[in-house]
Amino acid sequence: MSEPETATVDINGFQTRIWRKGSGPAIGFLAGFGGLPRWVPFLDRLAEKRTVIVPSLPGFPGGDRGHTVLDSHLDWLLAVRQLLVAAGLEGADLAGSSVGASFAAEMAALWPQSVRRLALIAPFGLFEESDPPTDPWAQRADVLPGLMTADPEIWKALKAPPEGANSVEWPIEQTRAAEAAARIFWPLGNTRLEKRLPLVKAPTLLLWGEKDAIMPRSYAKRIAERLGGLNETRIIQGAGHLAELDQPDEVARAILDWCA
Amino acid sequence: MKLMWFHLMPYTELPEDFRAKHPSVWVDIHSSLFDPRRAHHMYNDFMDELEFAADCGFDAICVNEHHSNGYGLMPSPNLIAAALARRTTSVPLCVMGNSLALYNPPTRVAEEFAMLDVISGGRLIAGFPVGTPMDTCFAYGQNPSQLRERYHEAHDLVLRAWTEPDTFAFNGRFNQQRYVNIWPRPIQKPHPPIWIPGGGSVETWQWCAERDYVYCYLSYYGYKAGKATMDGFWAEMDRLGKDRNPYRAGFAQVVGVAETREQAIELYTRPAEYFFGRCLHVDPRFAAPPGYSTEATQRAGIESMVRRAANAQSLIAADKMKKATAKAITMEEIVERGYVVIGSPDEVVEQLTQLAQDLNVGHLMLLMQFGDMDKALTQYNTRLFAEKVMPRLQPLFADWEDRWWPRPMREEERAPLPAFPPRLAAE
Repeated sequence: MSEPETATVDINGFQTRIWRKGSGPAIGFLAGFGGLPRWVPFLDRLAEKRTVIVPSLPGFPGGDRGHTVLDSHLDWLLAVRQLLVAAGLEGADLAGSSVGASFAAEMAALWPQSVRRLALIAPFGLFEESDPPTDPWAQRADVLPGLMTADPEIWKALKAPPEGANSVEWPIEQTRAAEAAARIFWPLGNTRLEKRLPLVKAPTLLLWGEKDAIMPRSYAKRIAERLGGLNETRIIQGAGHLAELDQPDEVARAILDWCA
Repeated sequence: MKLMWFHLMPYTELPEDFRAKHPSVWVDIHSSLFDPRRAHHMYNDFMDELEFAADCGFDAICVNEHHSNGYGLMPSPNLIAAALARRTTSVPLCVMGNSLALYNPPTRVAEEFAMLDVISGGRLIAGFPVGTPMDTCFAYGQNPSQLRERYHEAHDLVLRAWTEPDTFAFNGRFNQQRYVNIWPRPIQKPHPPIWIPGGGSVETWQWCAERDYVYCYLSYYGYKAGKATMDGFWAEMDRLGKDRNPYRAGFAQVVGVAETREQAIELYTRPAEYFFGRCLHVDPRFAAPPGYSTEATQRAGIESMVRRAANAQSLIAADKMKKATAKAITMEEIVERGYVVIGSPDEVVEQLTQLAQDLNVGHLMLLMQFGDMDKALTQYNTRLFAEKVMPRLQPLFADWEDRWWPRPMREEERAPLPAFPPRLAAE
């Protein structure tokens, strides 16, 4: 696993990281809850076939404290839109997971020309009272890993400080990622994305971890019924909420096939 | 020094097996545990106790705000304070306080506090807590990432609402109001004294210094646990060039006094174990919503390798809760760790004198009803303290002026309060 190229762009005055690796047509990826404090195998799988471009969402690892100036849903959507344009992803394929998938769907809904084909892994943004998502913020530290990935060790490894990391700043950065997600999705995760799904015309692949302990599987059906274009749903066996971390090969293959 | 009598209003009939059967006293405590007909008696007892403390001559009586909480039955302390304003004549009323970010618009707080100040003839102390995570982020659904920004903006709005003579437009980041013009206006000018209950964050200390507000550390864990925080506060005041006037600070302390130490242990063991065992049984998953603690506070905590309580209630510190969850704490541990000050009047005088001097705290908020203590014992504790302890503590800090105390209307200017049941009974 080799390191990606790292560039930074200015979003609302905050230096924001953009990773790039591979060759071929661009595909963007917006990370899920907790963000990406380090490069992961799933991105290598995408980079084997495509130029994978990974912009950091504001406040998520690599996104500095960009969330602190975003007070409304509109603020967030405009920041993510600027970020995708700055990353060179205008008109490209776009994938996202969890909170990142919610933004990917919003981009496709509001700027239909900006997304060619779309892949969403268990997006945030909906809330159904009879089948609510798990509250990701009211969790004990020892319980959270098992809610994020089917194998809790995968989440723990993602979040463990690498050798040489700043032992003070690293944990603060991980808390900041959870805060940034809270800033837009607190308290229920409900941004009423459902209302905008009919505007999504891009062909959409919906992926859901078979063992997702955060987002109820029933939401896949709700989303699929409301999407405005061609779509397909696939359940990833042996995967939790962040399916791309549990099953990188299978999730990458599904996305690459869909966007081929 | 000032001796203030503070009621939390705990539900006094949580079951014996509460810790074992229920995950939390706060946020998701089950409604089946609440009997409104029993609570009717609790509220009336608690208000009797506050009025009794006023009659005994305590310097102030204090109430506070909690939500979805089995040890704090005051979602609205203002309702209680309003009733107290009509049942007492001269005692200051300390509302400790209203969590500013929870009110929409926050102008509501300016109005209700102004009402209390006017009804009471200028006896209000206005407390502005950020509020605990359990109250604000979970029970009230506030966004932890915006809570402090909203709190500061609400503070600015309330202050302007109290002091600007003309109707104004408030164009805030989170609050926009075209016509702000509260009616009534507070009696105390420019406004009632403002006290800030907070945790050990340096930003809060700096803010209190800059605005000249009283900083209060309201832990339930006594002065041994509070020392590091208060030392930090005074070090910061020194650094900012502020004097060491003890009236810049407030501190809460659980106290039980009896004729002898043995008697005190016998009387207060059950309520203390109830309070520390059942009342403070909080599910740790509600302790630290991300963003509630500022990054500077997190950084200070990690760097010092000391787990600091990042909010008004140090009880949520996760390590403490871990211990507390594992097994109920015993009276021996409660006393040994200094959570409660307990003993004969002489012993209590000695401990509280040491506390006041060590922490340099001029406003002591005494929790003299705690846990499931009944009215008779509460009144015994209160009366004995007032008679045997209070007179020996009040002379402390006589050289300092308390610039943060209410300035009510003169007694002869104030409305006479009607007599209550005794007069009716006589008729």
